[in-house]
Amino acid sequence: MKREIPLRLKTLLYGLLCVMCVPFVFPTWWMVTSSLKPIGEIFAFPPKLLPADWDFSAYAQVFQLQPFASQYVNSLYIALIVTTGTMAVAAMAGYAFARIRFPGQNVLFVVVLLGLLIPSEVTIVPLFQMFHGLGLTDTHWPLILVPILGAPSVLATFIMRQFFISLPGELEEAARMDGLGRFGTFYRIALPLARPALGAVAIFTFLHSWNLYLEPIVYLSSPEKFTLPQALTQFVDAYGGPMWNVQLAAASMTALPVLVVFVLAQRQFIEGLAHTGVKG
Amino acid sequence: MTTTHPKLQVPDRAGARPGTGTPPFWTVRRRDNLVGYLLITPQLVGSVLFVLLPLGLVVWYSLHEWNVLAGTFEFVGGENYDRLVTDANLREVLGATALFSVGLVVLNLALALFLAILLNQRLRGTAFFRTVFFSPVVVSLVAWTIVWQFLLQDDGGLNGLLAAAGVEGPNWLRGEGTAMLSVVVVQVLKNVGLNMVLFLAALQGVPAQLYEAAELDGAGVRTRFLRITVPLISPTILLTSIITVVGSLQVFAQIAVLTQGGPGVSTTVLVYYLYQQAFQFHHFGYGATLSVLLFAIVALLTLVQWRMRRRWVFNET
Repeated sequence: MKREIPLRLKTLLYGLLCVMCVPFVFPTWWMVTSSLKPIGEIFAFPPKLLPADWDFSAYAQVFQLQPFASQYVNSLYIALIVTTGTMAVAAMAGYAFARIRFPGQNVLFVVVLLGLLIPSEVTIVPLFQMFHGLGLTDTHWPLILVPILGAPSVLATFIMRQFFISLPGELEEAARMDGLGRFGTFYRIALPLARPALGAVAIFTFLHSWNLYLEPIVYLSSPEKFTLPQALTQFVDAYGGPMWNVQLAAASMTALPVLVVFVLAQRQFIEGLAHTGVKG
Repeated sequence: MTTTHPKLQVPDRAGARPGTGTPPFWTVRRRDNLVGYLLITPQLVGSVLFVLLPLGLVVWYSLHEWNVLAGTFEFVGGENYDRLVTDANLREVLGATALFSVGLVVLNLALALFLAILLNQRLRGTAFFRTVFFSPVVVSLVAWTIVWQFLLQDDGGLNGLLAAAGVEGPNWLRGEGTAMLSVVVVQVLKNVGLNMVLFLAALQGVPAQLYEAAELDGAGVRTRFLRITVPLISPTILLTSIITVVGSLQVFAQIAVLTQGGPGVSTTVLVYYLYQQAFQFHHFGYGATLSVLLFAIVALLTLVQWRMRRRWVFNET
């Protein structure tokens, strides 16, 4: 039974959808266009949707006021290492918990799962002290090690385990009959099949690392070691007021590349993040 | 949580060899065990070092008076916990935390469900709108917050638009009530896309025949929504509410950028208060005590919600 929606209702629905788009699209639009306005135009009344005078100087200032290129590289390389590391750690642990039976497995799994119950904000004080004791504050080590091995990777491990449980056992059975060892079965048979789950893990891990804010401001103190979220808030004038066009230019450079990748690969993003049900 | 293991019928070649006396030590089972332990080692070591050890330490620290600037670290027993009760600010902080979490969950779930229902209609172009509503999820959190900070300035974009329409807008981030409202709305818009997608998937799983049958029985739109849609998507409502509640207790960057907890302490949520005590005022002992409190709240809420699902979630799979 297929019914056409009446035209009046259809118009109403489309109207509603378009209105709802505004608060989702306008901020990004406003961020990019305002970053291209000269400072005098930024609070102009009435607000203009496009700059009257296109001014790219804010983008140059971003690099003059902060070591923004290094900060960009910092965020990027940390996120890439964390993503790769988490994928490896989670795939290995997830496979072992799903597919191998070994003594003590259930207890160890519960130990690992505790990480899901403990938000990383709870352990930030002792973790800071631990890294401080090791002389690793103001380095990137805490931002790399804790996400790969600590609480944030537990969710990834859980997702990988759920995936490996759903794999049909016959595939592995055949491989083992052919003489492949346990590790070979994992690496050559199960892992290639796990690409969708690994993709989901990669996307949310990358976003998580890219967005990290509390940890960098706790651990890092030298501007050249800052990550992007931390750097974005540093563009202030001599009185501590934000330099809006510069700040928005830096924000645009941070947000737009990820947004472009999202638009190109939106199905993977949406399905991946929805299946894991995680905030980015 | 129980683990299920598909049985692998692998012949134990070493053990099954006929005619040999003592089987070799490295049987297939033993080799499997070894591989298992090796594969979980990084995650297990990480959990012990970066989750369990800090959790133990945070409890230990909470029993001490520890001021890094003054260089003091002495055992004071439950004194920090007494302070939890007497700290007048904390009462307001917990109030703000509750207000923020409740506001966020209600607004987020309502908007997510509303958008999902809109997208679930037989319309062309819903994929485009889905992308639009989802897009803030991938926008860098601090970038998103900074734009809103800019928009919500007294002379900012939002009040500019309101003024153009003849309305005088308030100073959003400086007003007692509007600051909290702003922080909640900014956070809802950032993440509502995730819950929306989860709801959309759940709605698409509701069999169309149910609606048709109900319609034949004369059930109106409202009855169909309350009697069919809501019960059938209740597992998703529970899941999204758990994720959103726990996520709401972790919100930090938005507060730090938009309001710094102000005006007064009206938007100082627990995580932000914890950060201030530990890393701005250098009261590590009290900061640790607040961490224990945060942990207790998160654990309690998670437990309550998992209990609740038995009571009101229909058709648990």
